[in-house]
Amino acid sequence: MINPLPEIAAADLAVLHARLVAAAERDGLLDVAYRSLDSPVGSLLLAATPTGLVRVAFAGLGQESALAALAAQLGPRILHAPKRLDPVVRQLEEYFSGTRRLFDLALDLRLVHGFRRDVVAQLQRIGYGHTQSYGEVAAAVGSPRAVRAVGTACALNPVPIVLPCHRVVRSDGAPGQYAGGVEAKRLLLSLEAS
Amino acid sequence: MSDACERTNVTGNQQPPFESVVARYGATVLRVCRAVVGPIDADDAWSETFLAALKAYPNLAADANVEAWLVTIAHRKAIDLTRSAARRAKLVAGLLVRDAASTADARDSDLWDALAELADRQRTAVAYHYLAGLPYREIAAITGSSTDAARRAASDGIATLRRRYPTLIGAQP
Repeated sequence: MINPLPEIAAADLAVLHARLVAAAERDGLLDVAYRSLDSPVGSLLLAATPTGLVRVAFAGLGQESALAALAAQLGPRILHAPKRLDPVVRQLEEYFSGTRRLFDLALDLRLVHGFRRDVVAQLQRIGYGHTQSYGEVAAAVGSPRAVRAVGTACALNPVPIVLPCHRVVRSDGAPGQYAGGVEAKRLLLSLEAS
Repeated sequence: MSDACERTNVTGNQQPPFESVVARYGATVLRVCRAVVGPIDADDAWSETFLAALKAYPNLAADANVEAWLVTIAHRKAIDLTRSAARRAKLVAGLLVRDAASTADARDSDLWDALAELADRQRTAVAYHYLAGLPYREIAAITGSSTDAARRAASDGIATLRRRYPTLIGAQP
């Protein structure tokens, strides 16, 4: 090898990366655009297909493995492309600052099917500041005995916070489990209660 | 890219996100592009290389040598660019090179100039071996020559660089 190798400025690569993202969007080659966002519940990975927001993942799961899972499920044409997530970021920031109660975002729910999809769709009907028990959600989707399956569906909600699985709590009032950790769930519930 | 690198209808896709390919090989491919087509056309060559790679990526064989695959695409894009540019006025290019490469240090500009003076075969062999680190067998497949011819072109090229610019090339092959 030629030593030292010719220097490549990070700024030059950043310009080329932005050009690649723009060309990929233009040619319909960007299956998934992603970025991360610092939030009161930790770093969030946000990912969108051309259809809409497809994934919100908490930092605890590891950004790398979340992206690898998206590559396996949606295809590997995935780039760090923050622009597609601009409306998501704006609405999440408004939500965390307490000025937004409803998300108005295009969603892509192709990562969930069947019963689980019914459950996450039902989550949209639980209003800001309200909660439902797992049993109530099970009844609402027409399977009153599927309480545990509702819990699983909530745990696997691909777009937490935006589809508010944090508003589903145990019937005794305890918050119950949460993909982002119980502390994150408490924080979201108290944010909405204030 | 060579057909050996491609396989269609791969099921159970295990490829990492393309972002990781850009992160890992972006700088190497840019060095190769600057060496082969010069600093002015390098950005276009890089962009066309990675856009074509993104398009083909889902069908890339899981065990493919990603770096050799990218250099193969870059090689073709460089040929296209050089043809379409039809050897633009070299004088103008030489004047602009300094400006375009303002972020690189003077040594690197001298290296690009020195490489530009080599014969095409030697320049590509030097770039692919001494900048991208590809073995001569891979280089032969990319340039359509033999392993021996690729080795000879690279060693002749690096010898010329050393002779003309003894301060540029510090390391051993």
